[in-house]
Amino acid sequence: MALEVMARAKGPIPLDVAFRAEAGEVLALVGPSGSGKTTVLRSIAGLWQPEAARIAVNGTTWLDTGARVNLPAHRRRLGVVFQAYALFPHMSAVGNVMAAMDRADEAEARRLLHLVNLHGLETRRPAQLSGGQQQRVALARALARRPQALLLDEPFSAVDRATRERLQAEVIALRAHLDMPVVLVTHDMAEAQLLADRMVVIEAGRMVAGGPTAAVMSDPDALRAMGIRELAAMLPARITERDADGLTRLEGPTGSLFLPGLGDPPGTRVRIRIPAQDVILSRQRPEGLSAQNVVPGRVLRSVTGTGPGVLVHIDVAGHEIVARITRRAALQMDLAPGEAVHAILKSMSVARGQVIRAPDRDR
Amino acid sequence: MDWTALGLSLRLAGWTVVFLLPVAVIAGRMLAYRRFRAKGLVEALVMLPLVLPPTVFGFYLLVAFGGNSPVGDLWQRLFGDQLVFSFQGLVLASVIFNLPFAIQPAQRGFEAVPLEVREAAATCGMSPARSLWRVELPLAWPGVMTAMVLTFAHTLGEFGIVLMVGGSIPGETKTIAIAIYDRVQAFDMQGAASMSAVLVGISLVTIALTYWLSARVGKRLG
Repeated sequence: MALEVMARAKGPIPLDVAFRAEAGEVLALVGPSGSGKTTVLRSIAGLWQPEAARIAVNGTTWLDTGARVNLPAHRRRLGVVFQAYALFPHMSAVGNVMAAMDRADEAEARRLLHLVNLHGLETRRPAQLSGGQQQRVALARALARRPQALLLDEPFSAVDRATRERLQAEVIALRAHLDMPVVLVTHDMAEAQLLADRMVVIEAGRMVAGGPTAAVMSDPDALRAMGIRELAAMLPARITERDADGLTRLEGPTGSLFLPGLGDPPGTRVRIRIPAQDVILSRQRPEGLSAQNVVPGRVLRSVTGTGPGVLVHIDVAGHEIVARITRRAALQMDLAPGEAVHAILKSMSVARGQVIRAPDRDR
Repeated sequence: MDWTALGLSLRLAGWTVVFLLPVAVIAGRMLAYRRFRAKGLVEALVMLPLVLPPTVFGFYLLVAFGGNSPVGDLWQRLFGDQLVFSFQGLVLASVIFNLPFAIQPAQRGFEAVPLEVREAAATCGMSPARSLWRVELPLAWPGVMTAMVLTFAHTLGEFGIVLMVGGSIPGETKTIAIAIYDRVQAFDMQGAASMSAVLVGISLVTIALTYWLSARVGKRLG
């Protein structure tokens, strides 16, 4: 299964995007608010028709303005989780899930609610559920149709941070059960990086970058619209213990890392998002620093942009992290490819929102 | 107490509701969701019976339904009798006159169904008809029900139109409102009072029923 999307429009909402999401893959559509990413999602769902567009799933064309093919929304086999969930207020949780089935099957609806960790609340109406619980019902409802594509429109924006982190971890765990392409619309780069395999960056309706998440997140041109501060890499780690002073000790690729209390049990595998601007480089192993996390590695390459900064890509035991330092510092340190460096990570700046539990994946 | 007149009024109100229910649902839904150029004009036309004096409106309907008019002529050819001064003509006049009472509240009801919820229905695979039945009508129900109750109560008490289009033929077009007027003209204050009391009773019951039903719907959605 793969979802192919091409959409162009002059107005009222200008659009020019083309991308492909593979089966079982999460593709994040990111961009500032008003950039048109939700419009792209609505075009896929059949809730909006751009002037020129082609949308196909598994070779079945849903929309082709050239060939005058336009399947109405209800005939496109997809699941959508709306930003405000849009549950049917007069139906129970299980009723909402059944409403999306071709033939109502209560046992299957309950199984889906179980899958999204909603236990014992099946007969409650949406108004009696919290935001996070409604989000779970919306996800179960989207899956109930056995969709050929799953569309998530800012699905975590309406819940508090703790709930958001839990839901994100659940979506990652849920991915093992999903074999359709997933398109996630978000303006939160950290969220996109934590959840997506591939990213498409949209700015004023135009696609400015697309590719594997790690590549897009280390490409300054791709991130211009979102801000260069968003540039970041991911490092896998495993929680080993919780120290008495509130820090959590993790086993990273090259030794121990310390992060502010994560609260997860030892053994939990996580991926840590490391913003490039929070990395300091040193040729010698630094002594007497307040920073706790020093990661040894080798310079892969340095990328000089138009500004005063340089992006230094560093290989850390097979994983790549990126440091954003000044051009002057890069020259003084003579950071040629292959040279050994120490990357210093400011542990307190790795906030909880930058860590995701990754039970079955450490890409 | 003129039971024939009361029965006739109830039948007239019942038929008006039966004919106006689908009209209210279809037109109310269209006016609530669609954006089209003549929408303001259509809404104004629907509201017209609300501001026109019933006798004026009745006069035009009388002319329009008469044997010399295309409508009256067609009716005569199809059914063999005249449209004016008949129960059928009364129902037709009542349906037209009650358009604002039926469409307006239904439109408000459909407007209360969020766009996102309707889109969710479509993305859940519901066809427009299924979406109407399973999602929109249950949510717009308070509005549609108010429309029907208002239409029923309003038809029971209508006087001017009935007199203009139907006259006062016992058993055919003499409704309870006309009967009350007749009684007063005949100085039968006792008879007028008892019939008026019955109408007051029916009105109170309908309003109580509306409130009770919408409270139940509110609880269901809350």
